[in-house]
Amino acid sequence: MQSLTTPLLFIFALAVIGYFVAKSRALKVAGGDIRTLVSLPNQHALNTALATIIPPVAAVLLFALYGRLTDGGPNWFFTLVVIGLGVTGCALSLIGIKVESRARTYAERWILGLLIFASTIAIMTTVGIVFSMLFETFNFFGQYDWRDFFFSLSWSPNFRGNSDLGIIPLLWGTLYVSFIALVVAVPIGLFAAIYLSEYAGPRLRSVAKPAIEVLAGIPTIVYGLFALITVGPVLRDYFAEPMGFGQSASSVMTAGIVMGVMLIPFVSSLSDDIINAVPQAMRDGSLGLGATQSETIRQVVIPAALPGIVGAILLAASRAIGETMIVVLGAGAAARLSLNPFEAMTTVTVKIVSQLTGDTDFASPETLVAFALGLTLFVITLGLNVFALYIVRKYREQYE
Amino acid sequence: MKTSLLAADARTKKRNAAEKRFRAYGLSAIIVAMSALLILLTSVLVNGLSSFQQTFITMDIELAEERVDKEGNRDPAEMAKTTTIGYNSILRDALIATIEGEGLTTDLSNRDIADMISKEASATVRDRVLANPDLVGQTVTFDVLASGRIDGYFKGDVTLESAALDSNTSPEALTLAQQLADAGVIETKFNWNFFIWPDASVQRPEAAGLGVAILGSLYMMIVVLVLALPIGVASSIYLEEFAPKNRITDIIEVNISNLAAVPSIVYGILGLAIFINFMEFNQSSPLVGGLVLTLMTLPTIIISTRAALKSVPPSIRDAALGVGASKMQSVFHHVLPLAAPGILTGTIIGLAQALGETAPLLLIGMVAFVREYPAAYTPEAGLFGEASTALPVQVFNWTQRSDPAFVERASGAIITLLVFLLIMNAVAIYLRRRFERRW
Repeated sequence: MQSLTTPLLFIFALAVIGYFVAKSRALKVAGGDIRTLVSLPNQHALNTALATIIPPVAAVLLFALYGRLTDGGPNWFFTLVVIGLGVTGCALSLIGIKVESRARTYAERWILGLLIFASTIAIMTTVGIVFSMLFETFNFFGQYDWRDFFFSLSWSPNFRGNSDLGIIPLLWGTLYVSFIALVVAVPIGLFAAIYLSEYAGPRLRSVAKPAIEVLAGIPTIVYGLFALITVGPVLRDYFAEPMGFGQSASSVMTAGIVMGVMLIPFVSSLSDDIINAVPQAMRDGSLGLGATQSETIRQVVIPAALPGIVGAILLAASRAIGETMIVVLGAGAAARLSLNPFEAMTTVTVKIVSQLTGDTDFASPETLVAFALGLTLFVITLGLNVFALYIVRKYREQYE
Repeated sequence: MKTSLLAADARTKKRNAAEKRFRAYGLSAIIVAMSALLILLTSVLVNGLSSFQQTFITMDIELAEERVDKEGNRDPAEMAKTTTIGYNSILRDALIATIEGEGLTTDLSNRDIADMISKEASATVRDRVLANPDLVGQTVTFDVLASGRIDGYFKGDVTLESAALDSNTSPEALTLAQQLADAGVIETKFNWNFFIWPDASVQRPEAAGLGVAILGSLYMMIVVLVLALPIGVASSIYLEEFAPKNRITDIIEVNISNLAAVPSIVYGILGLAIFINFMEFNQSSPLVGGLVLTLMTLPTIIISTRAALKSVPPSIRDAALGVGASKMQSVFHHVLPLAAPGILTGTIIGLAQALGETAPLLLIGMVAFVREYPAAYTPEAGLFGEASTALPVQVFNWTQRSDPAFVERASGAIITLLVFLLIMNAVAIYLRRRFERRW
């Protein structure tokens, strides 16, 4: 890569020179009267600059990829190709400058190409995510039986080999924490949304809505620290120890409650939008028949908004399952299958972090298992998201 | 049965009670949510505000020639032979002299007195002397760091009772420190160094700072801004203005909305597999961190940019096309400038999100202990290639250490992070209020 810096600098210099040459050449072709030109000199200049830069830069990107795949360093042949492309592009576009040539169209084709390239990056990200994890997951299943991974009930990695790497205890912890989080977030978020959209006056709304949304803007590490230094010790000292549930400050309960607080704005702001979308005529109809406001909400507004609310809850669930920092700091590291919510348990994300930080050896199943865990996590959250969108679309009531 | 319109019957009473209950549930949900926010912020502030204060001991240190410059040549290379251990005893003697000078007596052994000074202090003094050899032979007044326990005592984290159980300090040392504070030798003042100094080792919480972390976060934000803004805007322009409605663009759109919901840790795995293992970029470097965060913030930026582009009315485009502009010109000369405030707001919010993100950075090795300030460019490591850490990761790092003084540091770092986020969001809100146009 290093030795390509010079040719690239040369290309950029060539583009700048080409820009000005093209401009003056266009003026010359026009005989000083730019009104005769089909395209303005600036557009000829832009076309030349783009034609000089884009092909070599694209070639460099391709070459970098190829070099990584074959482990080859940059070589002379390639430097020549890069410079050759730049010079050819510059020369061809300069030769092409005529009175009737449509430089604006050409230049815009280059730009359109760049725009298309930019919008494929999202696709490439997904492909990158899937392939990077699939590749290492296959490596993992080459060394470790997939049946043990999916069905074994114990998780005890051992860096000398002979590890038990069953996902079930981790999934159990993940689902348990997420369940508690949803038990906290759904009622609070839903009632807050209902109150804000149906009862609250503009003054309360203008204070409460942004305040709840601030919760969504706080980084998860802050929630993690909150769980670690405040919620965990309080739960241990005032609930777990007096009631004889255990002595651990990090527990499913700690992580669940804090995560629930984090999820409140997700549930409430999505539900708020959906409740507001229910037409006023439906409320008026119900109120006109003599229903109280709460009866109207329970029997008319909520059923109408239900698909959207379910979608919001599913999105919150997917958020909870993929959340990392709160569980790393709040839930503990011991893989356990237990029903006691005051015991420390661990989750898929915690184990991804612990298997991939520190000294990692990318040949051992203890490290590679993180990729299998990551892929499982990705599939679960993706499934939840797709399902949520499907429900919202399929059961959306069409008003008007 | 007699009924009256003025007296409510049992059924109506029941229904009205249900109505009241329902309202109460709603109101209490809001109160719970808002008090959760309040408790969260209070907890962080209570734990963290003290990290902006630091306890210093002001004392006259005699830099005798025979102790710091044995050769007497004032040559820094030769003077460097006196290690920090040598300076430890100089500081100890200076503190004993100060104590005697104030007329105080103590039962503490000389070693325990030396333990009142931070282990970092000797390195600070040594660096000052090496940088300025003329100080040798003089008696210079230094503000040196007090040890973490003394610092904790003045902040209320360490008490005489807890000190009795602590092997690192003793009630006598704290009593002496209190006497010194009354005499004005020990002082607690605002700790600018917290924002400047790099991280410190496990035994020296009093010397730990955020310098490297802030620098690392800054580098990453630059990478994110430089990459995510142009790519995000370009892809939004294509999808919103040019893309034909077909299967491929449908796939891209569904894909972007799904990417926005992918757990952040998955991006960390992507970064580890692609940028570090495959592309062989440097581990722990702001470049890799920035790239990962770029991919993570792209969906946010694309979604908000598309909303901003969509809000520009079609008449603007039609007018531009009508006077002979090409489609591209109408977008770049007219639509884009009008959508710029919205795009900028979305970008700042995306950046704020990226600034607070921790999980993916853990996987690409940014948890490493870094004491060297990373350079933006070095020929060996390339652009943003030197190992660094980041603000949220530094918080995580400090929470993993056993000394409780690091909890205070971690909360202080959180406050710093939240202040940055607050500023960014305030700027975003200001931009939106100031430049937003309603059509």
